This record gives sequence, structure tokens and C-alpha cells, in this order.
Amino acid sequence: MANAAPAALAPAPARSFYAGRVLPALLFAAFALAPLAAAAGAESYVLAMLTRVMVFAIAAIALDLLVGYGALVSFGHAAFIGLGAYAVGILSAHGVGEALLALPLALAAAAVFAFATGAVCLRTRGVYFIMITLAFGQMAYFTASSLAPYGGDDGLTIAARNTLFGMPLLRSNRFFYYFVLAWLLASYLFCRALVHSRFGRVLRGARENRGRMATLGFDVYRFQLAAYTIAGTIGGLSGFLLANATEFVSPAYMSWQRSGELIVMVLLGGMGSLHGAIIGTAAYLLLEEWLAGITEHWKVIFGPLLVLIVLFARGGLVGAAAELKRRLARG
Amino acid sequence: MSTTLFVVQVLNGLQLGILLFLIASGLTLVFGVMDFINLAHGVQYMLGAYLAVAFYALTGTFFGALVLALAAALAFGLVLEFAVLRHLYDRDHLDQVIATFGIILFLNQGVKLLWGAAPLNMPIPELFSGSVRLTEGLLYPVWRLVIIGSGLAIAALLYVLVSYTRIGMLVRAGATNAAMVAALGVNIRRLFMIVFGFGAMLAGFAGIMIAPILSVEPGMGDTILILAFVVIVIGGIGSIRGAFVAALLIGLVDTLGRSFSVDVLRLFMGPSQARTVGPAIASMLIYLLMALVLFFRPAGLFPAKGR
Repeated sequence: MANAAPAALAPAPARSFYAGRVLPALLFAAFALAPLAAAAGAESYVLAMLTRVMVFAIAAIALDLLVGYGALVSFGHAAFIGLGAYAVGILSAHGVGEALLALPLALAAAAVFAFATGAVCLRTRGVYFIMITLAFGQMAYFTASSLAPYGGDDGLTIAARNTLFGMPLLRSNRFFYYFVLAWLLASYLFCRALVHSRFGRVLRGARENRGRMATLGFDVYRFQLAAYTIAGTIGGLSGFLLANATEFVSPAYMSWQRSGELIVMVLLGGMGSLHGAIIGTAAYLLLEEWLAGITEHWKVIFGPLLVLIVLFARGGLVGAAAELKRRLARG
Repeated sequence: MSTTLFVVQVLNGLQLGILLFLIASGLTLVFGVMDFINLAHGVQYMLGAYLAVAFYALTGTFFGALVLALAAALAFGLVLEFAVLRHLYDRDHLDQVIATFGIILFLNQGVKLLWGAAPLNMPIPELFSGSVRLTEGLLYPVWRLVIIGSGLAIAALLYVLVSYTRIGMLVRAGATNAAMVAALGVNIRRLFMIVFGFGAMLAGFAGIMIAPILSVEPGMGDTILILAFVVIVIGGIGSIRGAFVAALLIGLVDTLGRSFSVDVLRLFMGPSQARTVGPAIASMLIYLLMALVLFFRPAGLFPAKGR
């Protein structure tokens, strides 16, 4: 009932050579070169901003895997980021600051939570799925705010960024930037391989017509649960990086508004194209930063902007660009 | 845990439940009839409270403020429907979520711009200030009883409207199969507009009634919105009866959970531990309830027929 028109849910972007290969390559090249350009000006500010963009882009890619390719609108994705971040924070509170320990723990915590909640959530469809993922997100949020030994509502300051092989490599902002970029590239390539594999085709098939996929003999539930667990684990990776970037963890990382923002990021870029999620995240965060620089009441501008984007730019920025190109080609 | 305290908390739970029902009934109708996710429903509640405060300052009487704020809430709802929401009915849920999320951002910041970020207050109308003695040693504020009473009256009115009038019949038919209703020659767009305006007014009414006992501040609609969604999902989308039952259930579970979770946990663990874990469990209780209900009844307790 709820997602009566799954075909309309995710306009498949044209798989042209440009959109499929050139655009992502340009995107990553821009990320790789940005610090060099920034070195001329306010380097630390630009690095921090772009690091933030890349960290959230990792989570957005994972969410796009669910929303764009599986039509599974998860409204609790921020919980995975929070879990990953808290893994770093809690270890650090006990004096363990080694990334080789913190990262696997962050991934494992997010994976276990995603598997357990996904097993329940995926029994429901459409709007009910949105609401039950929200419910689990809220549970994680309230659990975090009740962790009195780890700061409770106020959050937890991390003494220093994780060490890597015992060396304080991540404390260099520039090294950390490329560390995050490497993880972003890895997540992107992994998800890209995933959606083009047989697994991805089953996921997309179930998006278009679940019943037909089941009739073909696929256990759709198991494929979706695997996708949900993978997306959650990548969310945990994003949380691990976020905690290291900000040297602070807080229940606010898991708030439902944050989950909503992540959906907006995916939608802004255009669902069902993984590089679109990166573009959407960058557009969202940079726009936010820019508007906040203009006025303290930037949300008064940002809110209506979102409405206009939904009303007039279907398919997000990537979709709008493709549409523009099509019109130009038609003359 | 004394009996008096228990009774007071049950009444508080009922009051929260009634409030939730006022918001959830509009939400479930909009959702059920139009298949439209309106995240902006919560800010309409907030707007009701702000309008009440503003018109109270203007007129000096609560009833003047009530009438004017209700009219303004209705007008605002209709303007919103006309300007933005009606262009989103044919879109998928995701577009609706994003657009109404944008409206939330705008209105939360808008009231901050107009009235400032500091919480506002308004007095309880004099006629209903003070407390009433329910039993020996049990005083209860009259205004909370007024909220419960007016909410129950509206629930009854809604029941009659939906069950026995022509427009109610159309609403029920719309919740079951909107396309079929339109094919039978009903102006479904006008029906949508009426339902939406009515829902906006109910949310505004909830905001007006709560303004005297809660601080009126930006973002006050967000928490209640999530609770209202929990209510309509548990009740079954599109079902007024489900919304009523679920709203009272959520109101009671949440209030009693918050008051007594520490006491109950103390039976199993040390007092300091209970004080830490208790509030967390209490905040989670309703979401746990929702997850359980959806696990066993994936379409809620009272699913509207045909879904």
C-alpha cells in the first residue's frame, strides 16, 4: 500500500559514460586536490569542512544503497553513525586509543545492531518500515543519553584522535583528510561493485516488484537484511571517522533530525546513483555553511529551498543536471 | 508508590494521551485519506500555541485568544495546503517527507525570528485556575481536567462526524480507496482540503489548550510529532478509533513509565543503578511498544479496511 509506485520512487539515472565514470572520477579528483588549493588560504578551516563532508558522504552512500536501490527508506540511519562514534568514545574513556581496535569494534557494533533491528524492521513495508526504523533509532538515542558514565546527554570529549599502529598519524589534519578520503573511495567502490553485482540486481528487482522476485525463487528478505546490515556497518565506519574528526561524541549524533538530514542529502544528490549521494552531502553541508555565514536565521532560507528543490528539481542535482543535458542535446 | 501518586499519574497520562489524540487524529486522516506524510503537522501544534500567546496579549482573554487562534490555525493550514502540499499529493512519500521537513525548518526558525528563542508563557484562564479535590488529599489542577474533557468531547464529535455524516462517509471511503471515490464523481481535492484544514485546526487546538501549562518554544512540535507518528502507526494508519486507543495507550505508558520505572527497577537492582537505567528505559518504552506491535501486527492494531 505505502510505496504503491516503486518505479517512480527512484528514477534510474542514465548510465551514460559521463555519469557513470567521468563524474565520479572528477569528484574524487576534486577531493584529492582540494587541500593543495586550500593551502593558499584558510587551510585548517577548509580541511575540517571537507572532512566533515566526506564523513557524512560515507553514511549517505550507505543510505543510498538502501533508499535508492532497495526502496527501503530507513529513518534511523543516524543510529549507526552514533554507534560507531560511541565505540571510539567509550574505548577512549578507558584509555584505549588505537584505531586498529576502535575501528573493528565500531563496525561490529553497527553490524550487530543493524542485523538485529533489520531482522525486525524488514517484516514491515513502506511507511511502517520508515516508522519502525525511526523507533529503533530513537531507542539508540535514548540509550546513549542515559549512559551517565560516558557523559549522558552532554556527550563525551575524546582526549585525542586514535593512533594508527601506535603512531599519532591521524592527528595531522592533512593526513586525516586523506585517511577519510581513502575510506570514502573504498566505500564508494565497494557499494558500486555491490549494486552492479547479482546481489544488487536482486535488490533492485525487489524494489521494482517484490512478488516477482520471490516467484523467481529469491528469498528477498535475506537479500534485504544483508543490504541493511552492510549499510549499517558502513554507517558505523562513518561514525568512527566522525568521532575522530570532532574528538567528541554526543547523543545528538543519533537524533531523528540527523537521520532526516541524511535522507535529504541522498535525495538532494539524486537517489540511486552513489556519487549523487556524495554530491548531495557536499551540497547540503556547504549550503548550510554558506547560509549560516550570511544570517543566523539561515533555516528560514534553507527550508523553503528544500521545498523548491522537491517541487522543481525531481531526481535531485544529478537528475537536474541530466535533464539539462538532455534539453541542451535536443536543442 | 502511593495510590494518590498513581491516580495523579494516570490522570496526567490521560491528559497526554488526549493531547496526542488531538494531533494524531488529523495526522492519521491526512495520512489515511491522502496517503500523504505530513511532517509539518507538529509545527501546526506549535503554531497554535504561539498564536494563542499572541492573541492573548492582544485580546486579554483566553476565549478571545482561543477563537482567533483557531481561525488563524485553520487559515494557515489552508494556505499551506494551497501553496505547497497539494502539489505533492501525487509524489512519493520521500518527496513529501523532504518538503515538509523543509517547512518544519522554516517555521521553527520563523517563530524564533518573530517571537524570539526564549520560551513564552500564558496564564491559565481564571475560571479554570486552581485545583479540584478528587478524594481525600488528592488535588488536581482544573485546567488539566478541562483538557481531558474537551479532548473527549472532540473525540465524540469526530466519531459522530465520521460515522454518521456524508462527509464522514466520504472520508472513510477515501481512507479505503481514494481512487475509487474520485472515480465515483466525488471532488477528492476538495475533500482533501477539508480534511487537511480540519486536521490543522485540531493540531492548533491542542497547541492552544497546552499553552497555559507548557512553555511555548520553537521546536516544541518536533517531539510531539514523533509521538503522534508512533500513535498512528500503532493504531493503524487511517483509523480514528485506532488513533484514540493508541493515543491513550501511549500517553499512559509514557507517563507511568517515567514516574515509576526507577521504583520498579529497584526491585531487581541497586538503587544507583536503577536511577541510571530507569529514565532510559522509560524513554524507550513507547518505541519498544511500537516495535512489538509492528512485529506481531505489521499494519497496526486497527488497520483501515482494504489496506
